[in-house]
Order: sequence, then structure tokens, then C-alpha cells
Amino acid sequence: MMLDPAGWFALFAHFLLLSMLSIGGAIVVAPEMHRYLVTQQGLLTDPQFSASIAIAQASPGPNVLFVAVMGYQVGGLAGASATLLGIMLPSTLFAIAASRWTHARADWLPLRAFRAGLAPVTVALMAATGWILTVQASHWPPLVLTALAAVLAWRTRLHFVVMIAAGAALGAAGWI
Amino acid sequence: MTDPPSPQLPAAATSLAGAAPGAARPRSCTDLFITFTLLALQGFGGVLAISQRVLCEQRQWLTRAQFVETLAFAQILPGPNVCNIALMVGDRYFGGRGAAAALAGMMAVPLVIVLGVTALLAGHADQPQVAGALRGMGAVAAGLILGTVAKLVEGLRGNPLGAAGCGLFGVAAFVAVGVLRLPLVTVLLGLGVPAWLYAGWRIRRKLPQDRR
Repeated sequence: MMLDPAGWFALFAHFLLLSMLSIGGAIVVAPEMHRYLVTQQGLLTDPQFSASIAIAQASPGPNVLFVAVMGYQVGGLAGASATLLGIMLPSTLFAIAASRWTHARADWLPLRAFRAGLAPVTVALMAATGWILTVQASHWPPLVLTALAAVLAWRTRLHFVVMIAAGAALGAAGWI
Repeated sequence: MTDPPSPQLPAAATSLAGAAPGAARPRSCTDLFITFTLLALQGFGGVLAISQRVLCEQRQWLTRAQFVETLAFAQILPGPNVCNIALMVGDRYFGGRGAAAALAGMMAVPLVIVLGVTALLAGHADQPQVAGALRGMGAVAAGLILGTVAKLVEGLRGNPLGAAGCGLFGVAAFVAVGVLRLPLVTVLLGLGVPAWLYAGWRIRRKLPQDRR
């Protein structure tokens, strides 16, 4: 499906808007992307939408690149530019401004308290992410693999890429 | 007019710029770009775990505590957490150019790769071997995150909340998101704000005694 200039602009503008709502990461607004791209505009099919997330997760780099994959499937490099620039531009400018603002008053009590108070919550949110990914598994081989990877990442200096490659090989062989 | 001896705060002891003595720093924007490119290229199924390993252990630009603090800010800001970390680290050392170099490092090469993979793989993602490999990588990626959490818990030592406070807020946040699946914003307001106020109270209470 080809987009006219107004369609391109609407796509870009939609992702600009989603950017400022993506607190916690772009995946947070994935349901809204699905509503727009699949249900409302019919630019992507359901399998294309799911594959975008799976491909980005299997590729190296930040998960936000799934947004570029969606754009690419809508309309090649122009589509990828529209969605990725849209999702990144506002949040990037905002993050730099916020970072400078906080840095300029690093010793201000409310900010020291913020760093201290949010630290355990932040670590817990990361733990919850790992947990949610783990319990998606419905049988034991992936659970064993997850536990093994966790211990190795915690206790050894084994390269993460080696572990990921081993996981891919075991999975491709049908063991996971 | 005599002021009570005002508690002098140690200069940014826990902030990014006042990094612990001996801690390393990026040499240049090129260094930032290359470091974040190599980091991103090792991040399959998420970049957070490898970010911790590269920034804290390999480059030693951040301590574990600083990493958690940076992540805390990155998390409440809109945008991808790991990209926000890159922006904040880059901006801290080399301003806007540093932020651009770090973010470009994080995104540029991986973007080319992911679009290449898309062109190759689109339509094959359902094949059993491909699906199996994706499952295996996903299982390992989950483990890498959990193993990194174990390390970051060690970085909470010395947190003004104390072990009990950290444990309480940590477990509550984990249950809220991991088990009850509450939205992030709800959890940040419901637990983050109380944790913030409690930390402020604890820090203020300790100020006169040991000037932390």
C-alpha cells in the first residue's frame, strides 16, 4: 500500500506523538502502534506487526529499532525514517534537556532523594522485565537456559554474545 | 547573624560528573561512538544488560550505583531507556556532540543490520528453526537481565533508604509490575513517589550527624 504525502506526514506525526508517551520504552506504546498501523490504517498485517518485534529483538541493538522495521515494511527506507525519527526526536531532545537540568543541581536534596528513592524501584523494574520474559516459557528447557544464563552473567565474564549464540543454536536444533 | 554550621554536601559524590576517583571517562566523541556501537552490537534481545557490563565493568565510566541512578532517570523520561542512558552519558562528557555521538553509536550500525535482517527474514520468521532460534535467544536474554539485576542489587549498598527500605520498595515494585502487571506509570506514581519522599526524609534526618 502506497502512501500519499499526507499519509506520510500523518505517519510521522503519529510517531512524534507516541514518542512523548513512551515512558519506559517504545514497546510501551506498541499497542497504540498496532491500533494505528494494523487496525485503523491497514498499513501492516498482524503477522508483519509481530514479526517486526521478533526481528528487532533477535537483532543486535536497542529494541526500539522494531519501530524502524515496522516503518520499513510500510514503505521501505522512507517509512523507516518516518517512524524512527518520529519516535526518537521528541524524547531525545527532552532527555538531553532533563539531563542537563538535573545535572546542574545534582546536590539539591529533592534530586538526591529522587536518585536514592528510585534506585531500588528501578532495579526491581528490571527484575520484573526479566521475570516477565522468563514466565512466557511454558515448558522447562527455556527456564533452565534462562537460569543458566543468569548465573553466568552474574558470576562470570563469559561474553554475552557467546551465550546468545548458544541459545540460538540450541533453539534452532529444536531443544528449546 | 550566625547560621548553624551548615551541612556541607560532598561535591556531587553520587552524581555522574563527580565520578569516583580513579574512574575512567570517555576520551573523545569517537571513543563514545565506538564504545556504544560495540556495546549495541553485543545487545541481542535488549541492550540493558550489556550496557551495565560495558559501562561499569569494561570501561568503568560509571559505578554500579551511578548506573542505577542514570537508569532511574532514563526510565521516567519518555524514550527508550538505553538510548536515554547513551544520551545522558554522552552529554555529560562532551555536551550535545557527545550525546549525538553516543546515540548514533547505539543506533546507526544496528539499524543497518536490523533492516538487512528484515529484508532477508521477512516471511521466514515462522519457520521452525528460525522460531526455535528466536526462542533460545529470548530465553538467554531474559537470563542476562536477571543476572545483571543480581549485580545491581549489590550496587544498592549504601543507599540512604537502608537495606529494609530498599527491600520493601524493591519487592513491592517487582510484584506490581512482574506479577500484577500494573502499568509502569501507575507504579512510578504509586511507589516511586513514596520512595522519593521517604528517601528525602532519611537523607535530611542524617544530614547533621555524618554530613552525607
